[in-house]
Amino acid sequence: MRQLIDSLSVLMGNKPRQVKPEEFSEAARAHHDLRNEKRSAEEREHIKAHRRHKAAQPKTWRIRRWIVLALVNLIFVLSYKFDVQLVEGALTGSRFVGFHMADLNAALQVMLAYKQVLINLMIGIVTIFIGWWLLGGRTFCSWVCPYHLLGEWAEILHLKLAKKGWAKHHDFDRRGRLWLWLVFVVLAFVTGYTVYETISPTGILSRALIYGPGLALIWVGALLLFEIFYSRRFWCRYACPIGLTYGLVGSISPLKVVHDASKCFHDGACRAVCMVPHVLEPTRKGHAFEIKTALGADCTRCARCIDACPTEALSFQFKAIGKPK
Amino acid sequence: MMGNIEKKTVKKTSIRGRREFLRSIAMTAGLAGAAMLGIVPVVRGWVSRQRPPGALAEKEFLASCIKCGQCVQVCPVEAIHLTDIGDGFGMGTPYINSRKQACDFSCDGLQCVLACPTGALTHHINYSHQSDMAMAVVARPDMCLAIRGEGFKGLARGADFKGKLRYDDIDRWNPIPLNEHQYDLEVCDLCVRQCPIEIRIAQCEAGSPPAGDENQCPPVSAIRLVETGETDGRKTFAPEILAGCVGCGVCEMICPVEPAVIVMDVSQRGEPIKVHTGNGGHA
Repeated sequence: MRQLIDSLSVLMGNKPRQVKPEEFSEAARAHHDLRNEKRSAEEREHIKAHRRHKAAQPKTWRIRRWIVLALVNLIFVLSYKFDVQLVEGALTGSRFVGFHMADLNAALQVMLAYKQVLINLMIGIVTIFIGWWLLGGRTFCSWVCPYHLLGEWAEILHLKLAKKGWAKHHDFDRRGRLWLWLVFVVLAFVTGYTVYETISPTGILSRALIYGPGLALIWVGALLLFEIFYSRRFWCRYACPIGLTYGLVGSISPLKVVHDASKCFHDGACRAVCMVPHVLEPTRKGHAFEIKTALGADCTRCARCIDACPTEALSFQFKAIGKPK
Repeated sequence: MMGNIEKKTVKKTSIRGRREFLRSIAMTAGLAGAAMLGIVPVVRGWVSRQRPPGALAEKEFLASCIKCGQCVQVCPVEAIHLTDIGDGFGMGTPYINSRKQACDFSCDGLQCVLACPTGALTHHINYSHQSDMAMAVVARPDMCLAIRGEGFKGLARGADFKGKLRYDDIDRWNPIPLNEHQYDLEVCDLCVRQCPIEIRIAQCEAGSPPAGDENQCPPVSAIRLVETGETDGRKTFAPEILAGCVGCGVCEMICPVEPAVIVMDVSQRGEPIKVHTGNGGHA
């Protein structure tokens, strides 16, 4: 329960809580004591070798994820192009072999603006809710959302430019996403329009892919430029209300990325690649209060940390109830 | 020593924190403001769109449409398109450009209405004649071939026109390109001849309603030609729009004069379900 509250608090943009010494489990405490001892030269050499080996490995999860993301979006496109009616619609709302699916944030905007509970939308919401609850809400972000993929490419560019000193990253206060989410809830209700949809890069890109490009893509381009030159992964990390909505759904998900402190050497390789490094708090030296901790709700299950970790301390785990084993 | 370093770090992080805080305030205001710009085209009425059958009144339509385009996908004549960012809050909503491709009701079952997941295209209508997309108006009567007493021969919109129309007598199930159908008319009556409502009425009067369903029979006529006199020894006629017009736009699409004599007036859109009273009379 305490972990869930912490996880939600971080999702809302608060800094990770300083865990009190007495909250550490016996095993975790013993583990940290052990880690504080100096490593032998032999051990250090072994870790270095392993790190080099791992760095040369292909980014397996990233490849899988890009394939899935491309396929999901391609199914929408091809299903329409060839009129096979497998998936109809766009990411905001669709039918999968006739069964309704609705993006939770888009459905929320519609019901707030229209002020009516729509039965088809409710069916779509429940379907999507169960699906993303099982997989972990923000799985949508990294495995389905087309903007996420563009954001990853923009990030690669940003890092290259930053190395040359042509771009610099600026942090934002992560609470801004919650404010923005609330502002769009209020605006939809007060104005009676689905205000957020006007700037949603997810909706714009999904429709552009399926129905053909339009001028709205200029907005998406502007966001990407902002990310390349001013703030790394700005939209997905600090702004997107859809991400917050799905983060809430995923907070109680059985599928999680789990950190195993007994295998962790606190290299920080995971935090260097992670879009939301605040969920990787337990990987910092002396911060894991259990041997195994599940990452928080803001985690998009993109698995880049799993690819990056030189010591296999991070992995996917599926567990319906209770703590990860 | 230690204390000094700590103090410095605290100060540094608090300045950083304040900067981040201000950035996020600016972000929230900026993004909300950018999104709210979408209200301008709506309240200024920069665009008025012909919506698909069953569309709720514009305000409710924009509120309830989830911008998914499922209506676009099911339309057999591809009459429905999605708007771009210039429509502001209306971005991603469906519209019809009748001059390019009108809704000819060739799906018979209002597929777009059935596809709509939110009821922005209301599920309360079942038949083509219950829709209300616009009202046809004769905008340029002086150019009308019938009013001038002229006939029409050839392809209604030329060889390059891409639009489709269903001709029941050619293929009841598949609409054909307009540029595959030749006309030879003594008096141009294309707007009346091809009106889907008039065609249905004629079928019903002949005892064979569409799909054998009497409910498909429109109760009121939509358009007719009225004899107006004679010029140069030729009889002249004028198209008259009647209460049964649902604004499907077929007359606008088929009108061979450029630009079209007859156009869709979306300002005359009312409630999606029409209660017909009286007799509109048949041409």
